[in-house]
Amino acid sequence: MSRVLVGVKRVIDYAVKIRVKPDHSGVVTDGVKHSMNPFCEIAVEEAVKLKEKKFIKEVVAVSCGPTQVTETIRTALAMGCDRGIHVEVSGKDYEAMGPLQIAKIFAALAKKEEASLVILGKQAIDDDCNQTGQMTAALLDWPQGTFASEVTIDGEKVKVVREIDGGLETIKISMPAVLTADLRLNTPRYATLPNIMKAKKKKIANMKPADLGVDMVSRVEVLRVDEPPTRLAGVKVETVDDLVAKLKANGTI
Amino acid sequence: MLSLDSSRKTLGLCVSGCRSLSSLAELPEMHQMMRQTCRDYADRELGPIAGKLDKEHLFPAQQVRELGAMGVMAVEVPEALGGAGMDYLAYSLAVEEISRGCGSTGCVVSVNNSLYIGPILKFGTQKQKEQWITPFTTGEKVGCFALSEPGNGSDAGAASTLARQEGEEWVLNGTKAWITNSWDASATVIFATTDKSLKHKGISAFLVPMPHPGLSLGKKEDKLGIRATSTANLILEDCRIPLGNMLGSRGSGFKIAMQTLDSGRIGIASQALGIAQAALDCAADYAHKRTAFGAPIGKLQAVQFKLADMAVAVESARLLTWKAAMLKDAKKPFTKEAAMAKLAASEAATFCGHQSIQVLGGMGYVTDMPAERHYRDARITEIYEGTSEIQRLVIAGQLLKEYAS
Repeated sequence: MSRVLVGVKRVIDYAVKIRVKPDHSGVVTDGVKHSMNPFCEIAVEEAVKLKEKKFIKEVVAVSCGPTQVTETIRTALAMGCDRGIHVEVSGKDYEAMGPLQIAKIFAALAKKEEASLVILGKQAIDDDCNQTGQMTAALLDWPQGTFASEVTIDGEKVKVVREIDGGLETIKISMPAVLTADLRLNTPRYATLPNIMKAKKKKIANMKPADLGVDMVSRVEVLRVDEPPTRLAGVKVETVDDLVAKLKANGTI
Repeated sequence: MLSLDSSRKTLGLCVSGCRSLSSLAELPEMHQMMRQTCRDYADRELGPIAGKLDKEHLFPAQQVRELGAMGVMAVEVPEALGGAGMDYLAYSLAVEEISRGCGSTGCVVSVNNSLYIGPILKFGTQKQKEQWITPFTTGEKVGCFALSEPGNGSDAGAASTLARQEGEEWVLNGTKAWITNSWDASATVIFATTDKSLKHKGISAFLVPMPHPGLSLGKKEDKLGIRATSTANLILEDCRIPLGNMLGSRGSGFKIAMQTLDSGRIGIASQALGIAQAALDCAADYAHKRTAFGAPIGKLQAVQFKLADMAVAVESARLLTWKAAMLKDAKKPFTKEAAMAKLAASEAATFCGHQSIQVLGGMGYVTDMPAERHYRDARITEIYEGTSEIQRLVIAGQLLKEYAS
């Protein structure tokens, strides 16, 4: 019946202290621990759960990047995805890769694989863009259920509870659709040892963006990367009048 | 002049069929993934509660079940019997990572895998494997291993627990001491003398469910370390079990025990490595953060030398442990290497535990920091599953055999 595409991004591990490169062109990635983006883990977990509940037949894990991303795909396979697709992007193209290029790739793959759902993490913890899911849906002209904290399949429709600023919003969208996973959607499982063994035998297909008719040219150029300014000590005041006076004195108001 | 054969033996070269030493630098992908999943589990689920488990002497039942679901409670057991179907190197990595999060939990994992499931996997009949291994792969049940007695630990051949046959039953009488997991176990592999005149060749191995009439538990020992595990005496008073509960053939008990301990040593070495690494992590982290004399203490040579010595001790013990595991996986003799691994790793653990407290100074002495728990957890690794002194005897024995003309 249905096939789900799940996007998994290889990012610097959340626990690592990020360091800016001396030339301010980016952050140090060499020799730094990388792992699957936490929101992508949640996306994989949701897809695998849908498969276990028999709503979908096959889960395909997709990642874009150099050879190292196959580790991330294998982790997704060990969590229960059936097969993987590695879209090879390296060098300058990889450094310049952003949500628009990824969205184009996913849109092309969603059509090629005849997917009923594309499930992505809401954002990546390295760039915090929160755009890929939305762009993918727009390119496909599919409905989108973003910031999902609960997903229920109801026939040909999907009920999505979304976390929004005002609280929770429930929407019903028809499939095929794009969903993005928020923090409280589920708790990702640990890859079990037997599943790690099984993952060895699962297939990962290789392709290039050109095979999907996608051009990787970026319209965004990173000029400079800096550390956030060091936080200065604050000043304590006794009354509201003192506060207003101080704010006036330093020109804030 | 050494012959070509014995010099090859003395150089310890792994001949074809076994992974070469050069691959120790980079583990195979599956092993790396497996190590990562165990590390993630240990960091997120065990690290935060290890202090509480230790203070309150709590058996980590929930965590053992979760580890069972991951396949960690039966790493080497074939999938057909409910295990993970991986090799001993994978098992060693799993125990090290788990122990790094919580030394006690690592001990439970090691005892279940090596000491309880190990001998049944090697010497049991298919029926015994299905009955006594499969239910113990999920983490719902754990097993234990009863060899030591109040009257003999290192002197295992002097077992005074007796087993006599009465019709279709064995009747066991005696006391076993220092049994890890005793209060939490659902079965035990236990050793008793069936023929006193044959001395150590008259010892046999038996499988006893727990609880069971005729088997009672002594009081829980109040231990220095690994306090989340239960350690107690097993008291057998006319404990009756079916004849089919004998493991292996009559009189092969001592051999079963010794071979089981050979493998068990790799498990304990891995546990010791995890504790040692945790102690090193604690000290190195503190060295970055604590300032004295106007700079982080990591800038002081005295501290640097300690950290370097700790790192060398852990890494060399780790390579010995991996080598022993790889030899076992290649079905090559590994007795000497396993003993070397256990000796090196346990001494590394006590060394790192000690030095970690020293680096932390006063903070190392209080329970706010985990250094004191690592110090206490490390100590047992030099004692159980063969004391450091016994390991030296085993190593020397193997070594001298190699040099014999």
